[in-house]
Amino acid sequence: MTTLDQLKPGQRATVLAVSGTGTAIYQRLLEMGVFEGAELSVVRFAPLGDPMEIRLQGYNLSLRKAEAKLVEVNEVHAG
Amino acid sequence: MSTPGSDALAVPARDPAAKRAASIALIGNPNTGKTTLFNALTGLNQHVGNYPGVTVERKVGALKLDDKAVVDLIDLPGTYSLAARSPDEMIAVDVLLGQQQGSNKIDAILAIADASNPERNFYLISQLCELHLPVVVALNMMDVAETKGITIDATKLSEALGTPVIPVCANKGTGLPELRAALQKMLTQGKPPAGKLPVFPEPLQKEADGLHTDLHGAAGKIGRDVNRLEAFRILIDKGGYAETRLAGVLGADFTKTLDERRGRASKIPLPAEEVRVRYAWVKQVLGPSLHRPAQPPPTKSDTIDKIATHWFSGTLLFALLMLIVFQSIFTWSKPVMELISSGFDKLGEFVGNHMAEGALKSLLVDGAIAGVGGVMTFLPQICVLFFFIAIMEDCGYMSRAAFLMDRLLSRVGLSGKSFIPMLSSFACAVPGIMSTRTIENPRDRLTTILVAPLMSCSARLPVYMILIGTFIPERKYLGGVFTLQGLTLFGMYCVGLFVAVPVAWLLKKTLLKGETPPFLIELPSYKIPDWRTVLMRVYDRGKAFAVRAGTIILSVSIVVWALSYFPHPASIHENYERQRAAFVEKAKDPEAKEVKDAQDDLAKAEDGEYLRQSYFGRMGHSVEWAFKPLGWDWRISMGAIASFPAREVIVSTMRTIFNLGKGKGEETEDLGKAMKEATWDNSPAPLFNIPVALSIMVFFALCSQCAATLAIIRRETNSWRWPLFSFTYMTVLAYIGAWAAYAGAMALGLQKITQ
Repeated sequence: MTTLDQLKPGQRATVLAVSGTGTAIYQRLLEMGVFEGAELSVVRFAPLGDPMEIRLQGYNLSLRKAEAKLVEVNEVHAG
Repeated sequence: MSTPGSDALAVPARDPAAKRAASIALIGNPNTGKTTLFNALTGLNQHVGNYPGVTVERKVGALKLDDKAVVDLIDLPGTYSLAARSPDEMIAVDVLLGQQQGSNKIDAILAIADASNPERNFYLISQLCELHLPVVVALNMMDVAETKGITIDATKLSEALGTPVIPVCANKGTGLPELRAALQKMLTQGKPPAGKLPVFPEPLQKEADGLHTDLHGAAGKIGRDVNRLEAFRILIDKGGYAETRLAGVLGADFTKTLDERRGRASKIPLPAEEVRVRYAWVKQVLGPSLHRPAQPPPTKSDTIDKIATHWFSGTLLFALLMLIVFQSIFTWSKPVMELISSGFDKLGEFVGNHMAEGALKSLLVDGAIAGVGGVMTFLPQICVLFFFIAIMEDCGYMSRAAFLMDRLLSRVGLSGKSFIPMLSSFACAVPGIMSTRTIENPRDRLTTILVAPLMSCSARLPVYMILIGTFIPERKYLGGVFTLQGLTLFGMYCVGLFVAVPVAWLLKKTLLKGETPPFLIELPSYKIPDWRTVLMRVYDRGKAFAVRAGTIILSVSIVVWALSYFPHPASIHENYERQRAAFVEKAKDPEAKEVKDAQDDLAKAEDGEYLRQSYFGRMGHSVEWAFKPLGWDWRISMGAIASFPAREVIVSTMRTIFNLGKGKGEETEDLGKAMKEATWDNSPAPLFNIPVALSIMVFFALCSQCAATLAIIRRETNSWRWPLFSFTYMTVLAYIGAWAAYAGAMALGLQKITQ
């Protein structure tokens, strides 16, 4: 199983599932557009390795690796 | 004992807003240019207050629709959704539902959306359309959208929504007349959007209706009728604030039934169900009018970010920017601070020269003018800091700074957003605490507020300077690159910083424990800051500081003045008058310098005597035993206590206590000499040595002797609990730290070293 935090900058992926049901992070991730079927790409990691920056729906979102771990993504295709 | 006078006072002040025709709520995602639009629509005609009981700012402006109609425009906090997780987030929902204390019923909604990122913005709009209120959508940043190759057909979108959609550029002022006209029209019609609303599956609808009926039945117990929309939110937002506040009233049965309803409402988790339905609606409504290129062109923002968030150049740029901000707080504000300070001195002098000697004069000059003047000198620092913060926020750099610093601060349980307040507190904790408003999570914000005063602010500098300059030997290391004095000063700055880390960690583990807030922040496109927004921000913060902190400071100054002035027995004055008369008689030439100096000395000694006899002086004697372990006598103890209004007061208090002040202008040297000569009462042993100096410095590094900071904590947290807590924990830390410094230095034998 690949999760979002394992991707490298420049890689694209589709969200398969989001775990952490019942938490604030879960609901917020969904509302921000990170839900099943959403397409996203990794832009970069912060200088100290955390948090990370992703792009989806044409905007850039920063999240911690601990939160990205909740997001399961499909096979990565370079782009 | 009711008198006509007191009755008149009891009548609440008439809210001028109550007379206006209607109220419009302005709401939207963060970073959509909401504040810029608010300022463009209302100009300088705004009023900032607080909602009762919470820390959310209540900002209302007068919006002129045409020649006749003026309505209230209420600026709600930026939000991505109406699913509230904290009391602060709940405000927006309660205002929209017309059930927020201190706010009028809403007649229409002005929803602002970022055209360059429409999907996520329309998620919130889908929730707003369900409120049974007229909605006007302002589609902002059409110009930014264009650079991304995005176009939106506003007419087509307006048809699909069944409500006006007006393209605007808030920073350039385009589209505003059309927006006003649309708002006017919607207010007159009073109709909610006519388009298709999101359709939720039957079981979910049924359970929401059921819950609504249940809550209607329990209206007596709850104390109000919960409406259908709130019931819907309670059902979906498990653990959200709407549920929590009812669970407290209705008990465990309510939670149990609620969970059963949730189980029946949907097979998948409810938030996922809501998001699925809403984004499907967004696609349906927005899709036909939205054109987005398959391969988005690289924007300037991306290019800037390659440098600004790069591991090397990004860090360097960040450090450089912070250095500029920090340095400017000192250098830019210094001349103005001196101007204000000398202005208050002149005012004091003027009043002093034109009033008869006595308590009233002392109250005005030493209490009111000196006290308020002391605080007002910080106003330039606050304005400079907020000038930079407003620019960094408005251009989009602030979220990058949080992105860069988050890792470092997350170690102690804080987030990247706490960095700016902490850094600002090295200049002054007051603006630092005020800048915590950028932190949305209330627990993070409170933790930052509580540790910010531990940073060594500029008011500590005079205390360090006098003690280091007088008692720390001038030793050079590494060929003069480092000096012992410089290292000691650096050490003092580190004390606060090193103590803040475990304190923040401990607070987050105990008192302010809770779900770790997500660090989900948008990194918006860079844009040129809007000058009106920047200047309004500086003006707002400056005014808030001057008015609110100023009134509290004034009352504290008066109390401290009264304690150190009264009882002011006449016998002291008579005694000194006799001494003076005797002295003048003896002197051959009454105009000689020595005579004048001696007269000065007598006056100072008289002041010292008054202070000893005052309530503060008596308190000093009675608490001396408590400060003995720190190596302090009653005079130092009293100086420390009397510096409650502001740390630097200790320098002037010590000057008074040690009865000196020969000639003005070289006060530091004179005070140093006097401290070196000071001995314990009834003993030739010198009062000060290195351990005592260190103990005083560590005490001042950690203590909470700053009424302005406590007043601002009171203002920002809306309760006396936190300033009291802050004062208590810092004083305890300061005492322990000072004791450890004294005992440690004594054990090392440092008392034998002299300068």
